Amino acid sequence: MKIHEHQAKQILREFNIPVPKGQECFAIDEAVNAAEDIGGKIWVVKAQIHAGGRGKGGGVKVANSISEVKEFASQILGMQLITHQTSADGQKVRRLLVEEGVEIEKEYYLGLVVDRASQKVCVMASSEGGMEIEKVAEETPEKIHKVLVNPEGGLSHEDSLMLAENIGIPRLALESAANVLQQLYKCYWETDATLVEINPLVLTKDDKIIALDAKMNFDDNALSRQSMVNSMRDFSEEDEAEIEASKHDLSYISLEGNIGCMVNGAGLAMATMDTIKLFGAEPANFLDVGGGATAEKVTEAFKLMLQNPRLKAILVNIFGGIMQCDVIAEGVVTAARQVELDVPLVVRMKGTNEEVGKQILANSGLPIISANNMSDAAQKVVDAIKGAA
Amino acid sequence: MAILIDKNTRVMTQGITGKTGQFHTRLSRSYGNGSAGYVAGVHPKKAGQDFEGIPIFSTVAEAKEKTNANVSVIYVPPFGAAAAIWEAVVAGVELVICITEGIPVRDMVEVRQKMNDIKSKTLLLGPNCPGVITPEELKIGIMPGHIHKKGAIGVVSRSGTLTYEAVGQLTELGLGQSTAVGIGGDPVNGLKHIDILKLFNEDPKTDAVVMIGEIGGSDEEVAAEWAKENMVKPVIGFIAGVTAPPGKRMGHAGAIIAGGKGTAEEKLSVMEACNIKTTRNPAEMGKLLKSVL
Repeated sequence: MKIHEHQAKQILREFNIPVPKGQECFAIDEAVNAAEDIGGKIWVVKAQIHAGGRGKGGGVKVANSISEVKEFASQILGMQLITHQTSADGQKVRRLLVEEGVEIEKEYYLGLVVDRASQKVCVMASSEGGMEIEKVAEETPEKIHKVLVNPEGGLSHEDSLMLAENIGIPRLALESAANVLQQLYKCYWETDATLVEINPLVLTKDDKIIALDAKMNFDDNALSRQSMVNSMRDFSEEDEAEIEASKHDLSYISLEGNIGCMVNGAGLAMATMDTIKLFGAEPANFLDVGGGATAEKVTEAFKLMLQNPRLKAILVNIFGGIMQCDVIAEGVVTAARQVELDVPLVVRMKGTNEEVGKQILANSGLPIISANNMSDAAQKVVDAIKGAA
Repeated sequence: MAILIDKNTRVMTQGITGKTGQFHTRLSRSYGNGSAGYVAGVHPKKAGQDFEGIPIFSTVAEAKEKTNANVSVIYVPPFGAAAAIWEAVVAGVELVICITEGIPVRDMVEVRQKMNDIKSKTLLLGPNCPGVITPEELKIGIMPGHIHKKGAIGVVSRSGTLTYEAVGQLTELGLGQSTAVGIGGDPVNGLKHIDILKLFNEDPKTDAVVMIGEIGGSDEEVAAEWAKENMVKPVIGFIAGVTAPPGKRMGHAGAIIAGGKGTAEEKLSVMEACNIKTTRNPAEMGKLLKSVL
């Protein structure tokens, strides 16, 4: 799960990590009031969306007066912010963060993730703050310093100091930087985060260490034991179809193509998408109905796929193991009737009770195209959209 | 011979009394030598009772001592699963197979570290995996038994149904399997592709291997590099997720392209460079394997 920058900073405050004074705002008036409350002479108006690259897209502005705060707030609120991490249409800005301006001496990078190879939390630090870390990793990997942490002891003071020294934090600020690192690790671990990025961490002109930006992602599997984090979920930033899917215990991801696919199992679902592409078309979604699909679940899955205005055809690919093909076939027929399906439907079923399942489809009177294997299914669904066009 | 499990394996089930545990214990027991192989269940509050004749013990240690079980399969719910793994590790069970899906990554990082610290010899398979089957001998997990056939092809995969797809194709072509192993879709897990390849390489009853991967991490690349130098048997591969967009988790917790790393294209090219023939068409996995025999 993703959260906004202002929420991440709220969590950092809980862990005593210094962040700029700031206030989240949902309206222009609120932004002006926030700037007046914060005081000072310089403010930063930042779009809050669940995507990076906001500055380049025009979503972050430095204001030198209250009237500029007002001007920028009105520009940014409601805009479709397009960044390299959003879709081509961009993401609507519904909230802002207004912060005090900070006089920056130097920018650094801090990041925490689980390193899959060592199976430990990896704390990364770099002198190249403000840059995309992937770019730094590619061009100057020697500028990224890493510590793999043993969860029993946590990140030690020694390792924190070493990281701070390695990235060139001046002596005066070393202790506070090390402290931030230790607290950041604690924050990562205790909140079940999967990613924490402070980019940039800054040294101010008066030698203070501050987290100027903050990005945090969390483990979906741990949300039920993280009530604070869970309460920060902003559904308006998420794909409607994906939210709807999760209510029915379906795993759904919207994609750009026009062939809907419904599959049991994540690996087979990805493989089905790949096969559609291999035969010259594009999948409209990833959809895993899971192991215990019922007629109801299949119906919900069909409804979800049909909400997509680009949808031209549906491919159902089921490997019936524990799940039986006849049950799925009943579900597909019920669903197709209930939603009055008006796009071509190709069904490939394999495994337990395969013949009974095929018979149910054939006897349904519905124009269901049956396929024998994944290639056959992909070919038939691609032909179907060509025929329709 | 086979790898990991065979007809002589003795299995205990942690979480035998839950709905999933009951359902799959019944199915696994009726497969191959399962009626003799499933010897114990574990539940802290139901010791002395039984599940359809399988005695239940309060701890893994007791179950192991009383029944000589050497493998444990776990169906415990997500928040208790890491503790269940640890209990089996401490009891010295040889192989722990964790089927449970949805365990927080932090819990897995912790239990893997603890396993390291005590230099545990226990092998962990999973979590979030379908389990392992040695056809016609023993099935431990949630895979459909009847699609398998005894033979000489090893199968290793991160995904469940995609493994069944591969097995189904092999069986249709008359190619039986020595053992089929699902290593699971989580980012922090136990046995990896490389570990399973090593076992297949040493298994005299395995002639060739189907290795199925998916986006995320670099386990497939690591296994391929090892295979290039060490594998004496042909390996063919498929990677799911060529069409998966970056930054999105594709169902499995570990199936995500992060920071441009872990793409299917990257994995496929490393595998090809390491003499592993790959296909981009999952319907062709069986045929490709047949072509290298």
